[in-house]
Amino acid sequence: MIKSQSPKTEAISHKRWVKGAHFIITLSFLALMVSGYIILMSHPRLYWGKAGNDLTPALFELPISRNYHHNGWDKSIPFKNLNGRQVTAARTFEIFNENGWGRSTHFLAAWFLVITGIVYFVSGFFSGHFRYNLTPRRREFSLKLLWQDFTAHFHRQTHYTGKYGLVQKITYLLVIFFLFPVVILTGFTMSPAITASYPFLLKMFFGHQSARTIHFFAAVLLLLFLLVHVVMIIRSGFKRNLWAITFGK
Amino acid sequence: MNRRQAILTGLTSAGALLLSGCLKKAPPTYGNILRMGDDLTYLTQRSLLSQRALAMEYQKDDITSFPVTDIGDPADPASKNAYSKDYEQLQRNNFKDFTLTVEGCVAKPRKYSIDDLKKLGTRVQITRHTCEEGWSAIAEWTGVPLSAVLKDAGILPAARFVCLYGFDKYGESIDMLDAFHTQTILAHTMNGQEIPSRNGAPLRLRVETQLGYKNVKFLQRIVVTDKFTDPGPDIKSGWSWYTGI
Repeated sequence: MIKSQSPKTEAISHKRWVKGAHFIITLSFLALMVSGYIILMSHPRLYWGKAGNDLTPALFELPISRNYHHNGWDKSIPFKNLNGRQVTAARTFEIFNENGWGRSTHFLAAWFLVITGIVYFVSGFFSGHFRYNLTPRRREFSLKLLWQDFTAHFHRQTHYTGKYGLVQKITYLLVIFFLFPVVILTGFTMSPAITASYPFLLKMFFGHQSARTIHFFAAVLLLLFLLVHVVMIIRSGFKRNLWAITFGK
Repeated sequence: MNRRQAILTGLTSAGALLLSGCLKKAPPTYGNILRMGDDLTYLTQRSLLSQRALAMEYQKDDITSFPVTDIGDPADPASKNAYSKDYEQLQRNNFKDFTLTVEGCVAKPRKYSIDDLKKLGTRVQITRHTCEEGWSAIAEWTGVPLSAVLKDAGILPAARFVCLYGFDKYGESIDMLDAFHTQTILAHTMNGQEIPSRNGAPLRLRVETQLGYKNVKFLQRIVVTDKFTDPGPDIKSGWSWYTGI
Protein backbone atom coordinates (compact mmCIF):
# COMPACT_ATOMS: atom_id res chain seq x y z
CA MET A 1 0.00 0.00 0.00
CA ILE A 2 1.41 3.34 -1.01
CA LYS A 3 0.53 6.04 1.47
CA SER A 4 2.17 9.18 0.24
CA GLN A 5 0.20 9.81 -2.91
CA SER A 6 -1.29 13.17 -3.63
CA PRO A 7 -4.86 12.98 -2.38
CA LYS A 8 -6.28 14.89 -5.32
CA THR A 9 -5.16 12.56 -8.08
CA GLU A 10 -5.74 9.19 -6.51
CA ALA A 11 -8.97 9.71 -4.62
CA ILE A 12 -12.26 7.97 -5.38
CA SER A 13 -14.64 10.45 -6.98
CA HIS A 14 -17.82 11.11 -5.03
CA LYS A 15 -20.70 13.06 -6.47
CA ARG A 16 -21.42 16.40 -4.89
CA TRP A 17 -24.77 15.31 -3.40
CA VAL A 18 -23.14 12.18 -1.93
CA LYS A 19 -20.57 14.36 -0.19
CA GLY A 20 -23.21 16.82 1.04
CA ALA A 21 -25.48 14.07 2.32
CA HIS A 22 -22.55 12.28 3.97
CA PHE A 23 -21.54 15.46 5.79
CA ILE A 24 -25.04 16.30 7.11
CA ILE A 25 -25.80 12.70 8.04
CA THR A 26 -22.50 12.35 9.89
CA LEU A 27 -23.20 15.46 11.99
CA SER A 28 -26.81 14.53 12.73
CA PHE A 29 -25.79 10.95 13.50
CA LEU A 30 -23.27 12.16 16.09
CA ALA A 31 -25.90 14.47 17.63
CA LEU A 32 -28.36 11.56 17.69
CA MET A 33 -25.83 9.30 19.41
CA VAL A 34 -25.03 11.82 22.14
CA SER A 35 -28.66 12.83 22.77
CA GLY A 36 -29.81 9.21 22.51
CA TYR A 37 -27.35 8.27 25.22
CA ILE A 38 -28.58 11.15 27.41
CA ILE A 39 -32.18 9.96 26.92
CA LEU A 40 -31.26 6.36 27.74
CA MET A 41 -29.51 7.53 30.93
CA SER A 42 -32.80 8.77 32.38
CA HIS A 43 -34.28 5.26 32.10
CA PRO A 44 -31.49 2.73 31.48
CA ARG A 45 -33.86 -0.25 31.55
CA LEU A 46 -35.04 -2.09 28.42
CA TYR A 47 -38.08 -4.32 28.05
CA TRP A 48 -39.88 -6.54 25.61
CA GLY A 49 -43.60 -6.09 24.89
CA LYS A 50 -46.31 -3.46 24.90
CA ALA A 51 -45.31 -1.57 28.03
CA GLY A 52 -42.68 -1.68 30.76
CA ASN A 53 -41.56 0.37 33.74
CA ASP A 54 -39.66 0.21 37.04
CA LEU A 55 -42.47 -1.84 38.60
CA THR A 56 -42.39 -4.51 35.86
CA PRO A 57 -39.55 -6.93 35.01
CA ALA A 58 -36.85 -5.66 32.65
CA LEU A 59 -35.08 -7.48 29.83
CA PHE A 60 -31.83 -5.95 31.06
CA GLU A 61 -30.57 -2.82 32.74
CA LEU A 62 -27.54 -0.73 31.82
CA PRO A 63 -25.30 0.73 34.53
CA ILE A 64 -25.04 4.14 32.86
CA SER A 65 -26.41 6.67 35.33
CA ARG A 66 -27.33 7.10 38.96
CA ASN A 67 -30.80 5.87 37.96
CA TYR A 68 -29.39 2.35 37.61
CA HIS A 69 -30.97 0.12 40.32
CA HIS A 70 -31.84 3.16 42.40
CA ASN A 71 -34.63 1.37 44.34
CA GLY A 72 -36.07 4.66 45.54
CA TRP A 73 -39.72 3.63 45.70
CA ASP A 74 -42.48 4.06 48.27
CA LYS A 75 -44.43 1.02 49.33
CA SER A 76 -46.52 -0.64 46.61
CA ILE A 77 -50.28 -0.29 46.67
CA PRO A 78 -52.22 -2.98 44.75
CA PHE A 79 -55.10 -2.10 42.43
CA LYS A 80 -57.91 -3.86 44.27
CA ASN A 81 -60.24 -4.33 41.30
CA LEU A 82 -57.73 -6.08 39.06
CA ASN A 83 -57.20 -9.82 39.01
CA GLY A 84 -53.46 -9.60 38.49
CA ARG A 85 -50.73 -8.35 40.78
CA GLN A 86 -50.49 -4.85 39.35
CA VAL A 87 -49.49 -2.17 41.80
CA THR A 88 -48.76 1.52 41.93
CA ALA A 89 -45.88 3.08 43.84
CA ALA A 90 -44.43 6.56 44.07
CA ARG A 91 -40.80 7.29 43.31
CA THR A 92 -38.81 8.84 46.16
CA PHE A 93 -35.51 9.16 44.29
CA GLU A 94 -34.57 12.23 42.31
CA ILE A 95 -33.48 10.75 39.01
CA PHE A 96 -30.97 12.01 36.47
CA ASN A 97 -33.09 13.53 33.70
CA GLU A 98 -31.79 15.86 30.99
CA ASN A 99 -34.49 14.96 28.49
CA GLY A 100 -35.70 18.55 28.07
CA TRP A 101 -32.82 19.35 25.73
CA GLY A 102 -31.94 15.69 25.16
CA ARG A 103 -35.18 14.78 23.46
CA SER A 104 -35.53 18.00 21.47
CA THR A 105 -31.92 17.72 20.26
CA HIS A 106 -32.61 14.11 19.28
CA PHE A 107 -35.65 15.09 17.21
CA LEU A 108 -34.04 18.14 15.65
CA ALA A 109 -31.08 16.02 14.54
CA ALA A 110 -33.51 13.34 13.35
CA TRP A 111 -35.20 15.97 11.16
CA PHE A 112 -31.87 16.71 9.45
CA LEU A 113 -31.13 13.01 9.08
CA VAL A 114 -34.54 12.08 7.69
CA ILE A 115 -34.76 14.97 5.21
CA THR A 116 -31.20 14.41 4.00
CA GLY A 117 -31.86 10.68 3.94
CA ILE A 118 -34.87 11.16 1.66
CA VAL A 119 -32.82 13.33 -0.73
CA TYR A 120 -30.04 10.71 -0.65
CA PHE A 121 -32.48 7.85 -1.31
CA VAL A 122 -34.16 9.54 -4.25
CA SER A 123 -30.87 10.70 -5.78
CA GLY A 124 -29.30 7.31 -5.14
CA PHE A 125 -31.97 5.54 -7.13
CA PHE A 126 -32.23 7.98 -10.00
CA SER A 127 -28.54 8.70 -10.47
CA GLY A 128 -27.66 5.01 -10.54
CA HIS A 129 -25.41 5.44 -7.48
CA PHE A 130 -26.99 2.46 -5.73
CA ARG A 131 -26.97 0.33 -8.88
CA TYR A 132 -23.45 1.05 -10.12
CA ASN A 133 -21.47 1.80 -6.97
CA LEU A 134 -23.15 -0.21 -4.22
CA THR A 135 -24.78 -3.26 -5.81
CA PRO A 136 -22.31 -6.17 -6.09
CA ARG A 137 -21.50 -7.21 -9.70
CA ARG A 138 -22.78 -10.57 -10.85
CA ARG A 139 -19.28 -12.07 -10.80
CA GLU A 140 -19.00 -11.02 -7.13
CA PHE A 141 -21.83 -13.38 -6.07
CA SER A 142 -19.54 -15.95 -4.54
CA LEU A 143 -19.13 -17.01 -0.92
CA LYS A 144 -15.46 -17.64 -1.58
CA LEU A 145 -14.88 -14.08 -2.75
CA LEU A 146 -16.90 -12.79 0.18
CA TRP A 147 -14.77 -14.79 2.63
CA GLN A 148 -11.54 -13.71 0.97
CA ASP A 149 -12.52 -10.06 1.08
CA PHE A 150 -13.70 -10.39 4.67
CA THR A 151 -10.48 -12.03 5.93
CA ALA A 152 -8.34 -9.61 3.92
CA HIS A 153 -9.68 -6.84 6.19
CA PHE A 154 -7.84 -8.46 9.10
CA HIS A 155 -4.55 -8.88 7.25
CA ARG A 156 -3.88 -5.35 6.05
CA GLN A 157 -4.27 -6.67 2.52
CA THR A 158 -6.94 -4.22 1.44
CA HIS A 159 -5.63 -2.23 -1.43
CA TYR A 160 -7.04 0.97 -2.72
CA THR A 161 -8.71 0.52 -6.09
CA GLY A 162 -10.92 3.60 -6.22
CA LYS A 163 -13.95 1.29 -6.12
CA TYR A 164 -15.86 -0.26 -3.24
CA GLY A 165 -14.97 -3.81 -2.19
CA LEU A 166 -17.51 -6.61 -1.82
CA VAL A 167 -17.80 -6.56 1.99
CA GLN A 168 -17.84 -2.79 1.86
CA LYS A 169 -20.74 -2.78 -0.61
CA ILE A 170 -22.78 -5.26 1.43
CA THR A 171 -22.15 -3.33 4.64
CA TYR A 172 -23.18 -0.01 3.09
CA LEU A 173 -26.33 -1.59 1.64
CA LEU A 174 -27.25 -3.08 5.03
CA VAL A 175 -26.72 0.26 6.75
CA ILE A 176 -28.69 2.24 4.15
CA PHE A 177 -31.55 -0.18 3.46
CA PHE A 178 -31.88 -2.00 6.76
CA LEU A 179 -30.37 -0.33 9.84
CA PHE A 180 -31.39 3.26 9.09
CA PRO A 181 -34.99 2.34 8.13
CA VAL A 182 -35.30 0.17 11.26
CA VAL A 183 -33.91 2.85 13.57
CA ILE A 184 -36.21 5.50 12.06
CA LEU A 185 -39.34 3.35 12.09
CA THR A 186 -38.78 2.14 15.67
CA GLY A 187 -38.29 5.82 16.58
CA PHE A 188 -41.71 6.58 15.07
CA THR A 189 -43.18 3.64 16.99
CA MET A 190 -42.37 5.37 20.29
CA SER A 191 -44.45 8.42 19.33
CA PRO A 192 -48.02 8.43 20.68
CA ALA A 193 -49.36 10.67 17.87
CA ILE A 194 -47.71 8.77 14.99
CA THR A 195 -48.83 5.37 16.28
CA ALA A 196 -52.39 6.66 16.67
CA SER A 197 -52.41 7.29 12.90
CA TYR A 198 -50.28 4.26 12.02
CA PRO A 199 -51.03 1.52 14.55
CA PHE A 200 -49.41 -1.11 12.31
CA LEU A 201 -46.05 0.15 13.62
CA LEU A 202 -46.88 -1.13 17.10
CA LYS A 203 -47.76 -4.54 15.65
CA MET A 204 -44.72 -4.65 13.39
CA PHE A 205 -42.27 -4.07 16.26
CA PHE A 206 -44.19 -6.06 18.93
CA GLY A 207 -45.22 -3.06 21.03
CA HIS A 208 -43.90 0.23 22.37
CA GLN A 209 -41.17 -1.17 24.61
CA SER A 210 -40.02 -3.77 22.05
CA ALA A 211 -39.66 -0.92 19.55
CA ARG A 212 -37.54 0.97 22.08
CA THR A 213 -35.31 -2.09 22.60
CA ILE A 214 -34.94 -2.66 18.83
CA HIS A 215 -34.17 1.06 18.45
CA PHE A 216 -31.38 0.62 21.01
CA PHE A 217 -29.85 -2.42 19.29
CA ALA A 218 -30.08 -0.83 15.84
CA ALA A 219 -28.29 2.23 17.25
CA VAL A 220 -25.59 0.00 18.77
CA LEU A 221 -25.06 -1.68 15.38
CA LEU A 222 -24.87 1.71 13.67
CA LEU A 223 -22.29 2.83 16.21
CA LEU A 224 -20.33 -0.37 15.60
CA PHE A 225 -20.50 0.36 11.88
CA LEU A 226 -19.19 3.87 12.51
CA LEU A 227 -16.21 2.53 14.46
CA VAL A 228 -15.27 -0.07 11.83
CA HIS A 229 -15.86 2.53 9.10
CA VAL A 230 -13.43 4.95 10.76
CA VAL A 231 -10.83 2.22 11.34
CA MET A 232 -11.03 1.21 7.67
CA ILE A 233 -10.74 4.83 6.55
CA ILE A 234 -7.59 5.21 8.61
CA ARG A 235 -6.10 1.95 7.38
CA SER A 236 -6.76 2.59 3.71
CA GLY A 237 -5.40 6.13 3.69
CA PHE A 238 -7.00 8.57 6.08
CA LYS A 239 -5.98 11.77 4.29
CA ARG A 240 -6.97 10.62 0.85
CA ASN A 241 -10.36 9.26 1.98
CA LEU A 242 -11.19 12.31 4.02
CA TRP A 243 -10.23 14.55 1.13
CA ALA A 244 -12.40 12.51 -1.22
CA ILE A 245 -15.54 12.68 0.92
CA THR A 246 -15.26 16.40 1.73
CA PHE A 247 -13.69 18.39 -1.13
CA GLY A 248 -12.61 15.86 -3.72
CA LYS A 249 -13.99 15.74 -7.21
CA MET B 1 -39.90 37.18 -16.93
CA ASN B 2 -40.34 33.85 -18.67
CA ARG B 3 -42.85 31.19 -17.77
CA ARG B 4 -40.51 29.18 -15.59
CA GLN B 5 -39.60 32.24 -13.55
CA ALA B 6 -43.26 33.14 -13.20
CA ILE B 7 -44.15 29.68 -11.91
CA LEU B 8 -41.21 29.69 -9.50
CA THR B 9 -42.14 33.13 -8.18
CA GLY B 10 -45.72 32.01 -7.73
CA LEU B 11 -44.72 28.87 -5.89
CA THR B 12 -42.31 30.74 -3.67
CA SER B 13 -44.85 33.34 -2.62
CA ALA B 14 -47.50 30.67 -2.06
CA GLY B 15 -45.01 28.81 0.13
CA ALA B 16 -44.15 31.97 2.04
CA LEU B 17 -47.85 32.65 2.65
CA LEU B 18 -48.40 29.11 3.86
CA LEU B 19 -45.38 29.30 6.10
CA SER B 20 -46.42 32.56 7.74
CA GLY B 21 -49.93 31.18 8.19
CA CYS B 22 -48.49 28.11 9.91
CA LEU B 23 -46.07 30.06 12.05
CA LYS B 24 -48.92 32.07 13.55
CA LYS B 25 -50.29 28.82 14.95
CA ALA B 26 -46.96 27.68 16.37
CA PRO B 27 -45.99 28.16 20.02
CA PRO B 28 -43.28 30.77 20.71
CA THR B 29 -39.67 29.60 20.55
CA TYR B 30 -37.96 32.54 22.31
CA GLY B 31 -35.26 32.17 19.67
CA ASN B 32 -34.24 28.70 20.92
CA ILE B 33 -33.32 26.40 18.05
CA LEU B 34 -34.54 23.31 19.93
CA ARG B 35 -37.97 24.90 20.34
CA MET B 36 -37.98 25.61 16.58
CA GLY B 37 -37.48 21.89 16.02
CA ASP B 38 -40.37 21.18 18.42
CA ASP B 39 -42.57 23.54 16.41
CA LEU B 40 -41.56 21.87 13.15
CA THR B 41 -42.59 18.51 14.63
CA TYR B 42 -45.86 19.98 15.91
CA LEU B 43 -46.81 21.57 12.58
CA THR B 44 -45.74 18.52 10.57
CA GLN B 45 -47.65 16.09 12.77
CA ARG B 46 -50.69 18.35 12.68
CA SER B 47 -50.63 18.50 8.88
CA LEU B 48 -49.61 14.92 8.02
CA LEU B 49 -51.35 12.81 10.67
CA SER B 50 -55.02 12.11 11.14
CA GLN B 51 -56.22 14.26 14.03
CA ARG B 52 -59.11 11.94 14.84
CA ALA B 53 -57.24 8.64 14.84
CA LEU B 54 -57.48 6.88 18.20
CA ALA B 55 -54.42 5.82 20.15
CA MET B 56 -54.06 2.04 20.54
CA GLU B 57 -56.52 0.63 23.07
CA TYR B 58 -55.54 -2.53 24.95
CA GLN B 59 -57.16 -5.52 26.64
CA LYS B 60 -57.65 -5.97 30.40
CA ASP B 61 -54.85 -8.55 30.41
CA ASP B 62 -52.41 -5.94 29.15
CA ILE B 63 -52.81 -3.68 32.21
CA THR B 64 -49.46 -3.18 33.97
CA SER B 65 -48.21 -1.73 37.23
CA PHE B 66 -48.13 2.05 37.20
CA PRO B 67 -45.32 4.14 38.71
CA VAL B 68 -45.91 7.61 40.14
CA THR B 69 -43.14 9.98 39.07
CA ASP B 70 -44.43 13.50 39.62
CA ILE B 71 -43.25 16.70 41.26
CA GLY B 72 -44.65 15.74 44.68
CA ASP B 73 -47.71 14.88 46.72
CA PRO B 74 -49.98 17.97 47.04
CA ALA B 75 -51.40 16.57 50.32
CA ASP B 76 -47.97 16.32 51.95
CA PRO B 77 -46.50 19.53 53.45
CA ALA B 78 -43.07 17.95 53.07
CA SER B 79 -43.24 18.19 49.27
CA LYS B 80 -42.40 21.88 49.19
CA ASN B 81 -43.58 23.26 45.86
CA ALA B 82 -46.37 20.81 45.15
CA TYR B 83 -48.07 21.15 48.54
CA SER B 84 -51.53 22.73 48.64
CA LYS B 85 -53.40 23.32 51.88
CA ASP B 86 -56.73 23.32 50.01
CA TYR B 87 -55.93 19.95 48.50
CA GLU B 88 -54.94 18.49 51.86
CA GLN B 89 -58.31 19.56 53.31
CA LEU B 90 -60.24 18.19 50.34
CA GLN B 91 -58.46 14.87 50.64
CA ARG B 92 -59.20 14.66 54.37
CA ASN B 93 -62.90 14.83 53.46
CA ASN B 94 -62.47 12.23 50.71
CA PHE B 95 -62.96 14.94 48.05
CA LYS B 96 -66.68 15.42 48.87
CA ASP B 97 -66.31 19.20 48.48
CA PHE B 98 -64.16 19.02 45.35
CA THR B 99 -65.13 21.16 42.39
CA LEU B 100 -63.48 21.79 39.05
CA THR B 101 -63.54 25.38 37.85
CA VAL B 102 -64.04 25.95 34.11
CA GLU B 103 -63.51 29.52 32.94
CA GLY B 104 -62.05 31.73 30.22
CA CYS B 105 -63.47 31.72 26.69
CA VAL B 106 -66.71 30.00 27.72
CA ALA B 107 -70.25 31.39 27.80
CA LYS B 108 -71.05 29.88 31.21
CA PRO B 109 -68.02 29.72 33.49
CA ARG B 110 -68.83 27.54 36.49
CA LYS B 111 -67.70 24.95 39.00
CA TYR B 112 -68.43 21.25 38.49
CA SER B 113 -68.59 18.61 41.21
CA ILE B 114 -67.57 15.06 40.31
CA ASP B 115 -71.29 14.16 40.12
CA ASP B 116 -71.97 17.10 37.76
CA LEU B 117 -69.17 15.85 35.53
CA LYS B 118 -70.37 12.22 35.58
CA LYS B 119 -73.74 13.42 34.22
CA LEU B 120 -72.03 14.80 31.10
CA GLY B 121 -70.95 11.40 29.80
CA THR B 122 -68.59 8.51 30.33
CA ARG B 123 -65.80 6.96 28.35
CA VAL B 124 -63.79 3.91 29.38
CA GLN B 125 -60.43 3.26 27.71
CA ILE B 126 -57.46 0.99 28.32
CA THR B 127 -54.53 3.01 27.06
CA ARG B 128 -50.78 3.34 27.31
CA HIS B 129 -49.12 6.10 29.30
CA THR B 130 -45.83 6.95 27.61
CA CYS B 131 -43.33 8.78 29.77
CA GLU B 132 -40.61 11.01 28.31
CA GLU B 133 -38.16 9.13 30.55
CA GLY B 134 -38.65 6.01 28.43
CA TRP B 135 -41.02 3.80 30.40
CA SER B 136 -44.66 3.09 29.68
CA ALA B 137 -47.63 1.70 31.60
CA ILE B 138 -51.10 0.50 30.63
CA ALA B 139 -54.21 1.25 32.69
CA GLU B 140 -57.96 1.46 32.33
CA TRP B 141 -59.31 4.97 32.70
CA THR B 142 -62.94 6.03 33.13
CA GLY B 143 -63.90 9.64 32.82
CA VAL B 144 -65.88 12.36 31.14
CA PRO B 145 -64.78 13.50 27.68
CA LEU B 146 -63.18 16.96 27.91
CA SER B 147 -65.17 17.90 24.80
CA ALA B 148 -68.43 17.32 26.71
CA VAL B 149 -67.30 19.60 29.55
CA LEU B 150 -66.19 22.32 27.13
CA LYS B 151 -69.47 22.13 25.21
CA ASP B 152 -71.48 22.22 28.45
CA ALA B 153 -69.63 25.36 29.53
CA GLY B 154 -70.46 26.91 26.15
CA ILE B 155 -67.04 27.17 24.54
CA LEU B 156 -66.76 30.31 22.41
CA PRO B 157 -65.59 30.39 18.77
CA ALA B 158 -62.54 32.45 19.80
CA ALA B 159 -61.18 29.55 21.88
CA ARG B 160 -57.78 28.27 20.74
CA PHE B 161 -56.15 26.51 23.71
CA VAL B 162 -57.25 24.73 26.86
CA CYS B 163 -55.07 25.25 29.94
CA LEU B 164 -55.33 22.75 32.78
CA TYR B 165 -54.02 23.47 36.26
CA GLY B 166 -53.47 20.99 39.08
CA PHE B 167 -53.47 21.51 42.85
CA ASP B 168 -49.75 20.64 42.77
CA LYS B 169 -49.24 23.94 40.85
CA TYR B 170 -48.41 21.96 37.72
CA GLY B 171 -50.05 23.05 34.51
CA GLU B 172 -50.21 22.21 30.83
CA SER B 173 -52.09 23.46 27.80
CA ILE B 174 -53.34 21.61 24.72
CA ASP B 175 -54.75 22.82 21.43
CA MET B 176 -58.36 22.35 20.34
CA LEU B 177 -57.57 19.27 18.24
CA ASP B 178 -56.33 17.41 21.30
CA ALA B 179 -58.95 18.96 23.59
CA PHE B 180 -61.74 17.61 21.36
CA HIS B 181 -60.03 14.28 20.63
CA THR B 182 -62.32 11.36 21.48
CA GLN B 183 -59.86 9.87 23.96
CA THR B 184 -59.10 13.12 25.79
CA ILE B 185 -60.97 12.66 29.06
CA LEU B 186 -61.03 13.94 32.62
CA ALA B 187 -60.57 10.63 34.43
CA HIS B 188 -62.05 9.98 37.86
CA THR B 189 -61.60 6.18 37.86
CA MET B 190 -58.47 4.11 37.31
CA ASN B 191 -58.54 0.34 36.88
CA GLY B 192 -62.13 0.25 38.19
CA GLN B 193 -61.53 2.17 41.42
CA GLU B 194 -61.34 5.82 42.43
CA ILE B 195 -57.98 7.12 41.25
CA PRO B 196 -55.40 6.35 43.98
CA SER B 197 -54.29 9.60 45.60
CA ARG B 198 -50.81 9.77 44.07
CA ASN B 199 -52.11 8.89 40.59
CA GLY B 200 -53.97 12.20 40.46
CA ALA B 201 -57.07 11.98 42.70
CA PRO B 202 -59.80 12.96 42.35
CA LEU B 203 -59.61 14.01 38.71
CA ARG B 204 -56.84 14.00 36.11
CA LEU B 205 -56.42 14.65 32.43
CA ARG B 206 -55.81 11.82 29.97
CA VAL B 207 -54.54 13.00 26.57
CA GLU B 208 -53.56 9.80 24.82
CA THR B 209 -51.93 11.31 21.73
CA GLN B 210 -49.22 13.00 23.77
CA LEU B 211 -46.57 12.02 26.30
CA GLY B 212 -47.18 11.42 29.98
CA TYR B 213 -46.26 14.84 31.27
CA LYS B 214 -49.19 16.50 29.49
CA ASN B 215 -51.60 14.46 31.65
CA VAL B 216 -52.13 16.96 34.50
CA LYS B 217 -53.01 15.32 37.83
CA PHE B 218 -55.07 16.65 40.77
CA LEU B 219 -57.08 18.90 38.44
CA GLN B 220 -58.29 22.14 39.97
CA ARG B 221 -59.02 24.57 37.17
CA ILE B 222 -59.51 24.69 33.40
CA VAL B 223 -59.03 27.97 31.57
CA VAL B 224 -59.94 28.24 27.90
CA THR B 225 -57.86 30.91 26.16
CA ASP B 226 -57.91 32.63 22.79
CA LYS B 227 -54.13 32.84 22.61
CA PHE B 228 -51.22 30.58 23.35
CA THR B 229 -50.55 30.12 27.05
CA ASP B 230 -47.90 27.87 28.53
CA PRO B 231 -49.02 27.27 32.11
CA GLY B 232 -46.15 24.93 33.06
CA PRO B 233 -44.27 26.67 31.62
CA ASP B 234 -42.76 23.94 29.46
CA ILE B 235 -41.06 26.15 26.91
CA LYS B 236 -39.31 28.51 29.32
CA SER B 237 -38.09 25.65 31.48
CA GLY B 238 -36.53 23.95 28.44
CA TRP B 239 -39.14 21.33 27.57
CA SER B 240 -41.19 20.79 24.46
CA TRP B 241 -44.75 22.07 24.75
CA TYR B 242 -46.04 19.63 22.12
CA THR B 243 -45.27 16.02 22.93
CA GLY B 244 -47.02 13.98 20.26
CA ILE B 245 -43.59 12.56 19.52
